[in-house]
Amino acid sequence: MTLAAPVPPSRPALARRLRAQLFATPLDSALTLAVAAMALWGAWGVLQWAVVHATWTGSSRAACRGGGACWAMVTARWEQILAGAYPHGHLWRPLVAVLALAAALTPLVLRRLPTWGFAVSPLGVLLALALLGGAHLLPSVPSDYWGGLLVNLVLGVTGAVFALPLGILLAFGRRSTLPAVRLLSTGYIELVRAAPLITVLFMASVMLPLFLPAGVSLDRLTRAMVVIVLFEAAYMAEAVRGGLQALPRGQGEAARALGIGPLRGALLVVLPQALRVAIPAIVNSLIGLLKDTTLVFVIALLDITGVLRQALSDYAWQGLPLEAYVVIAVAFWIPCFAMSRWAAVLERRGSPVARTRPA
Amino acid sequence: MRAKLARGVQSRALVPQLGLLGVVALVILWLAANAAHNMQARGLASGFAFLGRPAGFDISEHLIGFGPEDSNARVFLVGALNTLLVAAIGIVGATVIGFLGGVARLSGNLLVRSLATLYVEVARNIPAAIQILLWYSLIYLAPPPREAEPFLGFVLSNRGLRMPALVWHGAMGPALLLAAALAAGGWVASRVLARRRAGRGGGVSPAWGWAVGLGLAALAVILIGRPVGLDTPHRRGFEFEGGMGLSPVLVALATGLAVYTGAFIAEIVRGGLQSVGVGQTEAARALGLPPGVILRQVVAPQALRAIVPPLSSQYLNLTKNSSLAVIIGYPDLVAVFAGTVLNQTGQAIETISLTMAFYVAVSLCISILMNIWNRRIARWAAPA
Repeated sequence: MTLAAPVPPSRPALARRLRAQLFATPLDSALTLAVAAMALWGAWGVLQWAVVHATWTGSSRAACRGGGACWAMVTARWEQILAGAYPHGHLWRPLVAVLALAAALTPLVLRRLPTWGFAVSPLGVLLALALLGGAHLLPSVPSDYWGGLLVNLVLGVTGAVFALPLGILLAFGRRSTLPAVRLLSTGYIELVRAAPLITVLFMASVMLPLFLPAGVSLDRLTRAMVVIVLFEAAYMAEAVRGGLQALPRGQGEAARALGIGPLRGALLVVLPQALRVAIPAIVNSLIGLLKDTTLVFVIALLDITGVLRQALSDYAWQGLPLEAYVVIAVAFWIPCFAMSRWAAVLERRGSPVARTRPA
Repeated sequence: MRAKLARGVQSRALVPQLGLLGVVALVILWLAANAAHNMQARGLASGFAFLGRPAGFDISEHLIGFGPEDSNARVFLVGALNTLLVAAIGIVGATVIGFLGGVARLSGNLLVRSLATLYVEVARNIPAAIQILLWYSLIYLAPPPREAEPFLGFVLSNRGLRMPALVWHGAMGPALLLAAALAAGGWVASRVLARRRAGRGGGVSPAWGWAVGLGLAALAVILIGRPVGLDTPHRRGFEFEGGMGLSPVLVALATGLAVYTGAFIAEIVRGGLQSVGVGQTEAARALGLPPGVILRQVVAPQALRAIVPPLSSQYLNLTKNSSLAVIIGYPDLVAVFAGTVLNQTGQAIETISLTMAFYVAVSLCISILMNIWNRRIARWAAPA
């Protein structure tokens, strides 16, 4: 049995297809031309501003005379944008820490979340945090010095890695047959999901210190981490619950019939299958989490937005908000777009369970 | 036997449940004790007495009267109304953008389709906060009012957006009465047309009855009473005045929210339209139904069934994201109440709880409204 090799589209066919897609009717042709003109005009304007008339280097705004974008601000401060005020001589630590964070995140976005991921990922995060902070082995760098994109990554990955197990617990709790467990889980999930992240962050900065025992204090970054984990857990719970709901009841029942205890059945039979269905939703939730980390500057953390806003308030770089926010937009667009494509691939490939799920 | 078994299961489960409740109660008690101790140490009194005290600061935008001598409770009200205002504008904008974007994503025209895809992929993968800050910067780069050019009565300058506003004046009584009568006539006409159509099959669409009745009513209002005038912005010195003005922060926030959420809605609309099988359209075409009827009566009802539930969660997200107001200084609830009032009174627990309670209430309201709408759509689309 041989499969016919795909025939490469011949040139006339391509021309015909383009014609059918762009100039099918006179109205269509007019639409195409009008939209093309507008798109070209817009793209030309952006190109002129961002590249042709842009200034790339300089020590203050005065260096930017081209009339286009002033990227000099970004090139002059790239170190702060990436790592904040982290000591220059120790920059290898954030670099290695980011690699550790990436490694910790990987198991969470694989098609089939490996069981070892639940042990390795938190370990990777703790390792990264220890490396950044010093942990009594390296010269100590307090979290006040961490900044820039590093802070966004630390918050995003920590949030993801620790929120997932908590979310799984909440998802099982919400489907529990025990009313007290179900009510508490549902109440927590719905309450958290109704609150905007900004209020939760305010809570971290002003309310959390009030609830801690006297003498105990957490630094700002840790407080943000704690509330982000608690916040994200509710969203993870809903993603996991979607996976649990997609699973036929028979799976759990079959496990019981085979004499597997309820806990082992849930962990070894139900959860792995549910997670496979839930992974696209989990990845999408992670994208939302990463984007949300840009908000921490409202509680005075110097993440990438905080650092660039600080630059904007510097006399040398005043009046360049567009450049600053475009840089942040690009810095977030790349990983978020990549992850959303990956989520789409996972969804398309899907698992057998996902495909036969009634709509 | 079965009941006995079930009771057995329940009583067995009672212990862990009580245990869990006990642990949760203990944690809450511990937190409360800490809070009481800490607040005492800082000389803070808990309670809601601060709501009655004068706020002592002004709010730049308020839909109801407000001055520094007004109470903190009124600050809450002003902030809540501002939140609802920007959320409402954002929801309308996002819905329009989203439906247009979703349809454009499925356009037969390659260029339109690609641009819609570009919009969706760019807008949903950039943080909402950054988009709002970008729009805010762009508005400040707009020309000052003295150089701004009006476009169709709209003026966009670095002072915000000015647009034509409806003004009520003149003798409205008789005109409104006549208009009401004509509108009622339109209703009767549409019923008659609908009955005739049901009896014979085909015929004039009942919508025509409505259209003619309402059109005549509007004409009557305009010709007789002239109760409605259009107040367009006009130049006066270096400024524009007249019409309705939206502040730069409101414009930036609403635009950012609408563009960001619009991308998600576009994907929902595209998915909903695609969920309707091709066979449905083909069958309708085989029956000789015109394209407009196919879209309105075959595709749309089925697509909406898939669109409405996720749409409601997008509306909720938009409302929550309106709290991003605080980053550009629009005085929404979070900015004025969980921000300024909290900082001035130090009543962290009370202000944040009240703010959260407001969002929970809004979430509940949107959920209920969307559930009602969803039920109507489900009934509408159900086979007769």
